[in-house]
Amino acid sequence: MSAHVRADRDVCIGAGNCVMTLGSVFDQDDDGVVVVLQPHPDGVDPELLQRAVVMCPAGAITVTTT
Amino acid sequence: MADVLTDRLPLFPFRSPDEDPFTPVTTADRRHLDGPVTRVRLPTGGWTWLVTRHADVKQMLRSDAFSADMTRPGFPLLRTPPPATPQNRRGGFIRMDGEEHLRLRRMLTAEFMIKNVRRIEPLIADVVDGALDALDGAGAPADLVATFALPVPSLVICHLLGVPYADHAFFQQRSAVMLDQGADPLAVRDAATSLRAYLGGLIETKRTSGRPGDDLLGRLVSDRIRTGELEIGELIGMALLLLIAGHETTANMIGLSVLLLLQRPAVWQRLREGTDADADTLVEELLRYLTIIRTGLPRQAIRDVQIGGRLIRAGEPATALLSLANRDAEVFDDADEFDPYRQAHQHLAFGFGVHQCIGQPLARAELRIALTRLARRLPGLALAADPAALPKRDMSIVYGLAELPVTW
Ligand code: SF4
Repeated sequence: MSAHVRADRDVCIGAGNCVMTLGSVFDQDDDGVVVVLQPHPDGVDPELLQRAVVMCPAGAITVTTT
Repeated sequence: MADVLTDRLPLFPFRSPDEDPFTPVTTADRRHLDGPVTRVRLPTGGWTWLVTRHADVKQMLRSDAFSADMTRPGFPLLRTPPPATPQNRRGGFIRMDGEEHLRLRRMLTAEFMIKNVRRIEPLIADVVDGALDALDGAGAPADLVATFALPVPSLVICHLLGVPYADHAFFQQRSAVMLDQGADPLAVRDAATSLRAYLGGLIETKRTSGRPGDDLLGRLVSDRIRTGELEIGELIGMALLLLIAGHETTANMIGLSVLLLLQRPAVWQRLREGTDADADTLVEELLRYLTIIRTGLPRQAIRDVQIGGRLIRAGEPATALLSLANRDAEVFDDADEFDPYRQAHQHLAFGFGVHQCIGQPLARAELRIALTRLARRLPGLALAADPAALPKRDMSIVYGLAELPVTW
């Protein structure tokens, strides 16, 4: 099982909840828009990934597991 | 819109005598709610759907079926709006929808990023320590709201925006009027007009000075006004929004949090001795439990939409009651209990959806730093009044204590 993380930069409103939840996977660029640092995060707690998804107020983050 | 049916609905905001300042809706008032989405009457004569469940509030605030534009006819207002002027809406992006909102919000997101807030944590700590020096120097007793809870966020936001703190009494008085749901509409308009005039003058000085300054307003003048991306009237509205939000929200969170912590000595002690991570967890639970935006977030449906099993029709008003959503037993065990070390991260105290509070990283840092340093500096802090008799801001959009007498 490996997770694939995507973020929709067009809908991101820069609230930064994803960075607060998982700073190793998400960052914000100079404009405050989300950047995925690790599209395939290994060894990251899946519960925290899920938390980043549900806490994003804009619904910008998707995590698919294959 | 008033009719016989509306007249029979319970009046919102509910105003039963508080059981304690931490109860968002009393047991007596909860009986008015006969379901998760229920109609209530508003002081302005209209009505609104009150949405109270966590999942429903999230869905509602995320949905583009709702408008946040309070100038729409039928929008759920708690007070008669001040007479409209072409100026008084400009830049106020929390009341805008879609692209118009995003355009202005995006100009500010970088300013409030966690990374940038980390950089100013030392400034916050200095501000807190300065307030504590003054408080301790003047000696007990003191009103902690006037001497600590209000000046700390107020100094921080003035510093960030580049607004002289010497003028803070002027903003505080006017921003309190703007948030007071019981205030006379003309007084609200006058408060807004004088704040806009003040900020307009300040921005004009920055614009013409050649060196706008390394603060938020100065940067927006250099980066956005000079490029023509932003108009002065819009910047004034944005500055007003940040100034008011920066003054009132964190201040009331600090005041109420201290009252709560003083009644829980073990938590107070752990705040003094624990780690920053402990304090962060505690802050999330304080945000959940206290949810100071007590009157909820008003919206209006712009198309038919199902929320919590109800059909809300296009044109109908709806209010997301954050405080009850944050006490939803589906999401939080023993939701009405304050449990300082629970994982409360799912709370909706900052709202949800595209309007979620832009200043939340700043608010979290201010709360952690202010509460921790207060507990360490004045470990013997104690309430100097009957908690039941403390004056509260019942009719303000931002709930809180008007005074908090303490000794140490
Ligand atoms: S939580 Fe969502 S809206 Fe906020 S920065 Fe991350 S992706 Fe953007």
